[in-house]
Amino acid sequence: MTQPIARRSRAPTPALLAFCLFAALPAQAVEYAVLKPEASKISFVSRQMGVPVEGGFKRFGAQLSFDPAKPATSRTWIEIDLTSVDAGSREANEEVMGRNWFDTRPFPTARFESTALKALGGNRFEARGRLTVKGRVKEISAPFTFTESAGKGLFVGAFTFKRLEFGIGAGPWGDTDTVADEVQVKFQITAAPR
Amino acid sequence: MPAYTRTAIVLHWLIALLICVALPMGLAMQELALSPLKLKLYAWHKWLGVTVFLLAVLRVLWRATHAAPPEPETMPPWQRTAARLAHGALYALLLLIPLSGWLMSSAKGFQTVYLGVLPLPDLLAKDEALGKLLALVHEQLNHVLLALVIVHVAAAVKHHRVDRDDVLVRMLPWLKH
Ligand code: HEM
Ligand code: HEM
Repeated sequence: MTQPIARRSRAPTPALLAFCLFAALPAQAVEYAVLKPEASKISFVSRQMGVPVEGGFKRFGAQLSFDPAKPATSRTWIEIDLTSVDAGSREANEEVMGRNWFDTRPFPTARFESTALKALGGNRFEARGRLTVKGRVKEISAPFTFTESAGKGLFVGAFTFKRLEFGIGAGPWGDTDTVADEVQVKFQITAAPR
Repeated sequence: MPAYTRTAIVLHWLIALLICVALPMGLAMQELALSPLKLKLYAWHKWLGVTVFLLAVLRVLWRATHAAPPEPETMPPWQRTAARLAHGALYALLLLIPLSGWLMSSAKGFQTVYLGVLPLPDLLAKDEALGKLLALVHEQLNHVLLALVIVHVAAAVKHHRVDRDDVLVRMLPWLKH
């Protein structure tokens, strides 16, 4: 399931290379491409018995190419190391990596790969793409804002997905009265120009 | 015969009943492995505890404005003092135990959402060490409560069966001698 995405990361297409060269030419067109992990954060909020509980991931990687002046040509993929999950307590982390949830042994990572990006006006954008978790792929769209400061680009956004569509929280945890189906993912990605 | 007001009696028994559920529930729920049932029990435990707190606040206000009937003439002074101290401690625990539970939840990073709809503010930020400490405080206060309630019940039975005074009947008017 994840092969096509992996292929893209290893071997940039000629078109992408050409784009990078082109983007480097005019001084004002800055392409943000290098993830700054220490200034980036991916977290999620689940609802347990009506209580919003925040968790996050300590390790993730991303390959970006974003030029705010030409959003349509942008491409992004983000890969999250699911074993770096912080679900609030050690007991919860172990549970969440287990078979009923992420099942990190066969499925150690989750990936998002953008397929289209459009400007919504101002500093607002929307990324559409494929989310792959636990071997299942779903289309999602994530609105975000983009701001430049001190030579870096900051992407801040969120999207909601239904965990059961990915088989996350199977078995007894399928009871959505206890843990809601909707999970919100929040991201804050800092990137430097290439 | 001097008596407690109907309100005082209803509050006493309602709170006693809720404690009889919340306390064993607190002990049992932590032993469970993580499961939907465990999450449910934790939530219900907190809702019960918050309910006890609200009723206890009402009860303390009521008590402050409605004196308890005087102790029977036959009671030795040391017993009166002991009874007053014990009742004061019980009232304090009815407030402190839920407060410690609420603060503990905040420190552990889990907000309390009463009945699943009303979020209570988090006075403390997430802090693992503080969460552990408050869990210990919550537990120890509960041990004190359990010990006091046992003495309290034993005293009530002694008043009724040994002293044969009206102490139990005035809190439990449905009971005939
Ligand atoms: C009068 C009301 C309450 C009683 C009698 C009560 C009783 C207990 C008892 C006996 C335990 C087990 C302690 C142990 O052995 O470690 C416990 C645990 C707990 N209580 Fe309460 N509780 C009350 C109110 C609350 C409230 C209001 C909250 C939160 C809003 C709360 C949250 C908790 C939590 C989270 C635990 C588990 C601690 C852990 O997992 O380490 N309790 N409670
Ligand atoms: C968790 C359980 C209980 C708590 C927290 C509790 C608490 C209290 C408190 C604070 C008072 C003092 C009322 C006042 O003077 O303002 C009181 C009175 C009393 N309680 Fe309880 N109680 C509990 C359970 C019981 C039980 C199970 C019995 C009966 C066997 C009982 C029998 C009495 C009696 C007879 C009085 C009246 C004492 C008097 O008239 O001086 N209580 N209780």
